[in-house]
Amino acid sequence: MKARWSLLLVVGLVSVLLALPAAALAQATGEVEIFSWWAGDEGPALEAIIAEFEKRNPGVRINNATVTGGAGVNAKAVLKTRMLGGDPPGTFQVHAGQELIGTWVIARRMEDLSFLFEEQGWYDVFPAGLISLLSTEDGVWSVPVNIHRSNVLWYVPENLERWGVSVPRTWDEFLAIAPTLQAKGVIPLSLGENWTATHLWENVALAVLGPEKWQQLWTGELPFTAPEAVAVWDLFGQILQYTNADAASLSWQQATDMVVNGEAAFNVMGDWAAGYMSTTLGLEPGKGFGWAPSPGTEGIFMMLSDSFGLPVGSPNREGVLEWLRWIGSREAQDIFNPLKGSISPRLDSDLSKYGPYAQSAARDWKTNTIVGSLAHGVVANELFMNDFATAMEIFLATRNSQAAANAAQAIAIQSGIGR
Amino acid sequence: MKSRQDRLIAIAMIAPSLVLLAVFVYGFIGQTLFVSMSDWGRGAALAVNPELSFVGLDNFRELFTGFLDVRFRQDLVNMLAFSVLFVGGCLVVGLLLATLLEQGVRGEGFFRTVFLFPMSLSFIVTGTIWRWMLQPRGGVNVLPTLVGLPRIEFAWLTSRDQVWQWNWQDVPVILGVLAALACVVMAGRWWLAGGRKRAVAAGALAAAALAWTFTAATEIEVLPFPEYHGFNLALAGVVVAAVWQMSGYTMALFLAGLRGIPDELREAARVDGCSWWQLYRYVELPLLKPIIWSAVIILGHIALKSFDLVFVMAGPDNAATSVPAVSMYLTAFRGNQFAKGAAIAVVLLALVSVLIVPYLVSTFRSRGAE
Amino acid sequence: MAVRSVRWTRFLLYAALVLLAAAYLLPLYMTIATSLKAPADIRLDTAWEFPRELFWESYAVAWERFAPQLRNSFILAVSATILSTVMGSMNGYVLSKWRFRGSEVIFPLILFGMFIPYQSILIPLFQFLRSTGLYGGLPGLVLVHTVYGLPITTLIFRNFYAQVPNELLESASLDGAGFFGIYGRVMLPLSVPGFVVTIIWQFTQIWNEFLWAVTLARPQAQPITVALANLAGGQAVQWNLPMAGSVLAAIPTVLVYIFLGRYFMRGLLAGSLKG
Repeated sequence: MKARWSLLLVVGLVSVLLALPAAALAQATGEVEIFSWWAGDEGPALEAIIAEFEKRNPGVRINNATVTGGAGVNAKAVLKTRMLGGDPPGTFQVHAGQELIGTWVIARRMEDLSFLFEEQGWYDVFPAGLISLLSTEDGVWSVPVNIHRSNVLWYVPENLERWGVSVPRTWDEFLAIAPTLQAKGVIPLSLGENWTATHLWENVALAVLGPEKWQQLWTGELPFTAPEAVAVWDLFGQILQYTNADAASLSWQQATDMVVNGEAAFNVMGDWAAGYMSTTLGLEPGKGFGWAPSPGTEGIFMMLSDSFGLPVGSPNREGVLEWLRWIGSREAQDIFNPLKGSISPRLDSDLSKYGPYAQSAARDWKTNTIVGSLAHGVVANELFMNDFATAMEIFLATRNSQAAANAAQAIAIQSGIGR
Repeated sequence: MKSRQDRLIAIAMIAPSLVLLAVFVYGFIGQTLFVSMSDWGRGAALAVNPELSFVGLDNFRELFTGFLDVRFRQDLVNMLAFSVLFVGGCLVVGLLLATLLEQGVRGEGFFRTVFLFPMSLSFIVTGTIWRWMLQPRGGVNVLPTLVGLPRIEFAWLTSRDQVWQWNWQDVPVILGVLAALACVVMAGRWWLAGGRKRAVAAGALAAAALAWTFTAATEIEVLPFPEYHGFNLALAGVVVAAVWQMSGYTMALFLAGLRGIPDELREAARVDGCSWWQLYRYVELPLLKPIIWSAVIILGHIALKSFDLVFVMAGPDNAATSVPAVSMYLTAFRGNQFAKGAAIAVVLLALVSVLIVPYLVSTFRSRGAE
Repeated sequence: MAVRSVRWTRFLLYAALVLLAAAYLLPLYMTIATSLKAPADIRLDTAWEFPRELFWESYAVAWERFAPQLRNSFILAVSATILSTVMGSMNGYVLSKWRFRGSEVIFPLILFGMFIPYQSILIPLFQFLRSTGLYGGLPGLVLVHTVYGLPITTLIFRNFYAQVPNELLESASLDGAGFFGIYGRVMLPLSVPGFVVTIIWQFTQIWNEFLWAVTLARPQAQPITVALANLAGGQAVQWNLPMAGSVLAAIPTVLVYIFLGRYFMRGLLAGSLKG
């Protein structure tokens, strides 16, 4: 008798639990606005999972709201005015790490998604290190869709052969071959607008400092004024001599184009460049373009991750949750990432669906030392990021490593790094 | 004739506008002042109801003397340099165009339309077009190649070259010398106008300013280290586009002024045997003076406020061309530092007021006298 | 001798004017030429060549892309123009013909509002619109443009009405016309040019505005300036689209200018306080 009751109870509970997501699914209708900076050339990957989502959820219409501008520099301003104005988008793109936690979570603008992680079993399929970047003591705040690698050197193998140079494994090797390239009228390293300079800087810093000291910069254990940190700026300055003069007027794609056209030999960029070259430009990985870890960073994987969260007051919460369930799924991620040039953070992703670049990245992701990116919001909060542009400016204007290092240290103290 | 009731109606009709302007202009300026003296931007700046505390003039002190706000100081220098070049360019080009058109040319209407049409565009459209025109390896830079000359190699919007550098530590001295110079000029003018007493007073003021400059001002430590600012050549591109857009405006002003000069005056001058140049230099130009003055004010305040053009043409993150109006937007709405953004806005307002308030006062004082 | 020198100066004069006009038209040529090229044909070194085949598709794409924003700009510009013009006309009427104690002080205080850098009111304005629920939509933008348009419209109408002789008003008031009677019978019929000047001025200003558009509008209410800035500031820019977009964004104000240029000039001059 008693057993029957408890059985009934269990069955009842289970069916309720099963019905919950189904009920949510049934409720998901209307419009869901997705705010991101994946426009134009970066767009196809997102568009693909949106199309698939709409096919599966005929009641929901996705409004793909994009604001262009690499690394989201413009989008972030637009997003902030909207959040401040009490007009949050349904969900928005945010880099895992300090950009999420230091800006939005401490301002109590996000909803805790632990229940979703629980419900979908995501605690088991996403790497713990990544989840910790999305979490505070109070919860988990966004759903990661990809892993990008920041420290990649891009080139065209055929061109290198023609110019008689090989891929530099260290910056010293690069500096050795750069004059040869220049003599041939080739720009040794192409560079784009301002944030790509920060991107290059973090690659140089990682090479000079190594993974441990890089992390120590962000815990406050290693001051920016330490001799080895000042040396980063010295080397950075030497490298800048071999970049294009019109960098500030170029987008990252245009800087990549310079390598593809043979105007420049190398470019340091995150692996969204792989997505751009293979998906948008239609080049064959390994043949049309080649890659290597950026000089001096072999065995290190500098990561960043795009994620989507649920802002407090999001219109159509049910629809957004359904979208989040979808983008966290293995299926969606294995559609999205091969097009985007990134890899899926899911441990069970089906690598056979990926191109040669991503397969090599996925291997490295499993075996390399993992560190977080500065330029893409993982290791430092936005206050630091915003002011770091000033340190960069000081350096570009004066070429004085010590001055730039002093500025960076002052910024670190002001923005509470290591506190 | 006017009944009391009608007078009340009149006041009632204008009241809504007055209330709106009182709130939206003066009330909001007051609130911005308050924000500029708060610490909004530390910690959870984006919270729904951020906690603000009062920090006095800290934000302003940081802007002018803080180690990290070097960008703001260069922005200020950029803005002043841009303003001077833009206003000067518009005056010179506008005067040239007006003078040419004033010579009784055929097809004047066509030429006027051509010179004036950029005025009707938005700075956004102008900026977009000129950004394309000034691409380092295209547009204007390849124009000479069409006639067989070598290509221009100037990075219009992204050059990092800086000329006329000076040290920010010298600011008190520079300001002192400028103040003394202004006093000397005033003294000279009063002396010539016969106001001896006033002239002597202004002279004494000049001497005092100089004395202060070379004693106390040299002691003020603005920054603990030298910091150099100068004119960024990258601004040249923005100046070219802005002059293209606005020189038609000065042309229109000058044309109206020249047309307003009575023909009898010209006749009389010709009868006296004045050459064309003498007529232009000694009769027409002096009569244009008030117009030049009001053009300087109007263009000057447009220049100080310029935001859209720089934003879309050179990009918001291009430090070489940045101006306070742009960095205010970025500091507040991207960097989350609302207090500092408000402080920048207050500085901007103060600069515009220095230009506008005397103008408004003098305009309406003379009107009252009429 | 004298005749020849006159001829020479005439020649130089026209040569200078033609050269200058060409220089002013170069950007226009470049814009149109680029907007009519296929993306693949746009190269920096051949930027000045006229397209061999006209590629109209950019306009179709730009139109499709910008139609909602053009519509927003249109609604915004028309409603804010009407509101600020009507209010400005009333203010100008009161300030010129119904002076009250303090009105001479109030007028410059009103005018100050058109010179301020709008950054200096941006943060409170933002908070105000949020707390009133007007943030993000067209009604909020209309309100903002109306209020900050009041100084210039008031100025234009005050200067305009100041020229209306007081005798006209007096005879109307002898006929028993009150505040509104005089406005309707005397002022309004006379003020058609004033309205045209003000409407043109406000329409172009509002159509071209950017700062509020970028901070106070949600994407659905975005005016054309923001959309264009976003497109041009984007990545790997295909310049045919921003150029076609620029043409679309410029057409309304340029048309206004070409057909009503005379009034446009008057608006300009009014803008410099010299009515």
